[in-house]
Amino acid sequence: MLEAVLKPGGDAATALYIVAFSLFIIGIKQGTHPTTAKRGNLIAAAGMAVAVVTTLLLDGMGNWGLIVLGLGIGSAIGVIASIRVQMTEMPQMVALYNGVGGGAVALIAWSEIRHGISIGEDFPLDSLIPVIFAGIVGSVSFWGSNIAFAKLQDLIPTRPIAAPGQQVINAILLLAIIVISVVLAIDHESPSEGLFILLLVLAAILGNLVVLPIGGADMPVVISLLNAFTGLSAAAAGFALDNVALIVAGTLVGSSGTILTLEMATAMNRSVSNILFSGFGGAPSGGGGGGGEEKPHVSIGAQDAAIKLAYADSVVIVPGYGLAVAQAQHAIKEVADELEKRGVTVNYAIHPVAGRMPGHMNVLLAEADVAYENLKEMEEINPEMPRTDVAVVVGANDVTNPAAKNDPDSPIAGMPIIEVSEAQEVIVIKRSLSPGFAGIDNDLFYEPNTSMLFADAKAAAAEIAAEIGNL
Amino acid sequence: MSLMTEITIFVLAVFVGFEVISKVPTTLHTPLMSQTNAIHGIVMLGGLIVVGFANDGIEYVIGTIAIAFGAINIVGGFMVTDRMLGMFSRKPKPKASSDGKGGA
Repeated sequence: MLEAVLKPGGDAATALYIVAFSLFIIGIKQGTHPTTAKRGNLIAAAGMAVAVVTTLLLDGMGNWGLIVLGLGIGSAIGVIASIRVQMTEMPQMVALYNGVGGGAVALIAWSEIRHGISIGEDFPLDSLIPVIFAGIVGSVSFWGSNIAFAKLQDLIPTRPIAAPGQQVINAILLLAIIVISVVLAIDHESPSEGLFILLLVLAAILGNLVVLPIGGADMPVVISLLNAFTGLSAAAAGFALDNVALIVAGTLVGSSGTILTLEMATAMNRSVSNILFSGFGGAPSGGGGGGGEEKPHVSIGAQDAAIKLAYADSVVIVPGYGLAVAQAQHAIKEVADELEKRGVTVNYAIHPVAGRMPGHMNVLLAEADVAYENLKEMEEINPEMPRTDVAVVVGANDVTNPAAKNDPDSPIAGMPIIEVSEAQEVIVIKRSLSPGFAGIDNDLFYEPNTSMLFADAKAAAAEIAAEIGNL
Repeated sequence: MSLMTEITIFVLAVFVGFEVISKVPTTLHTPLMSQTNAIHGIVMLGGLIVVGFANDGIEYVIGTIAIAFGAINIVGGFMVTDRMLGMFSRKPKPKASSDGKGGA
């Protein structure tokens, strides 16, 4: 078996941990380009292997049966889940992995408290405070991520669920958590384990209550924020355990989650606190379709759409959340293939928050074998729009609404959009005229150069591809 | 390690994190999130240390669950990121005709 050779906290172990976190940084750095990102991920995984093996080699390690049991069960679940998951389900997968990470932090914090108490000495504040922080944040992250997972997986309703006076309850919970933390810290000579467990429970309730009122479409922002939280709680655990690998790796994740959260909020033209606390998207959508159909609009069938597309020179496809939900990425690729066979230039315009998390649409289209060069970011494609013959909007809504640009009173005013209304013609594939996530009407649908194709994205795309083939 | 040394490392890591991650293009943000998510699975080390040095029934249970959670986080996270990135590095089919016309 393994031979214990490294002294805990010794120079050799620390040196290996430094190797591990260096590999994490190199791995993330390689992630800046699609051609090197895969290698980068392997480098980061190698760093993790170094860190784990180093820990297993620490002098005095025992209870191998339990360690092997934990590693075996966890790895088996991880392998099976990662093989079976669909690319469209990626956000909930990340939520789930994030949740178990947070759960691990909370459990480790708990056992550190038990361990400290059992030794019976004064608990040094520079370990106790990080342990308390890790426990609270880990617990919030575990429960919050699980709710996010359940919402994205449709296990519980995705609409915001909120009780009256919820903000007050949350504030009281937060206050109670702070008070208990202070009591624990003051009593650092013999902190009460019971109080610590109460802290974990209150944090768990808070995690549930904060995430439940958030609508399904905002979940990606929540997951990204919780990812940052779990990272920071791991860094806190590193402070408590005097482990440099945990400090650096946790902090890296904290930075990454923070950057992504802010970027997403900017792309949605909202502040993070607005996303967390406003219950946005709570407007009932019932009857929205009926009310909206009063305004004049042009409705076409798949055959008309096929003709418009087939005789165009350049086509831009604008995929959105609806495409991800309908799993229409392969069908859309077929349309593009048929068009390219006829010599039509096809590009894809990707809004920063298209899909269910940033960059999610790129993954879905990559899965459907769309070449990386054909995916254009918003800033790149907008100047091309006036020269585009047909823009096809598939399951996207708010991110194409010209009101963001033209109407300063619109709730989405100032939000960066893909300017499809600048194209010669627009085809919108959508189930109905119902408003999108922002709950407002999309002026695009009623413009003279817009045709609506009312259908499921996947079925419509398959039909259009077949019609183009028959032309 | 002294607390101040640890805080120094923490602050430097914040800057390194912001520097490295802000260079990742939007296209790769989903794999990035999934990969950094796998990296925080490093808390599993804490679980290993807890179990490895435990001599108390409850610590055995808590620690073993923490190891299992951490292992799900690490193994699942890196594997799923690898799957996603595999789709990006797939060789693009030759598309000379469309590339030639691009931006026309």
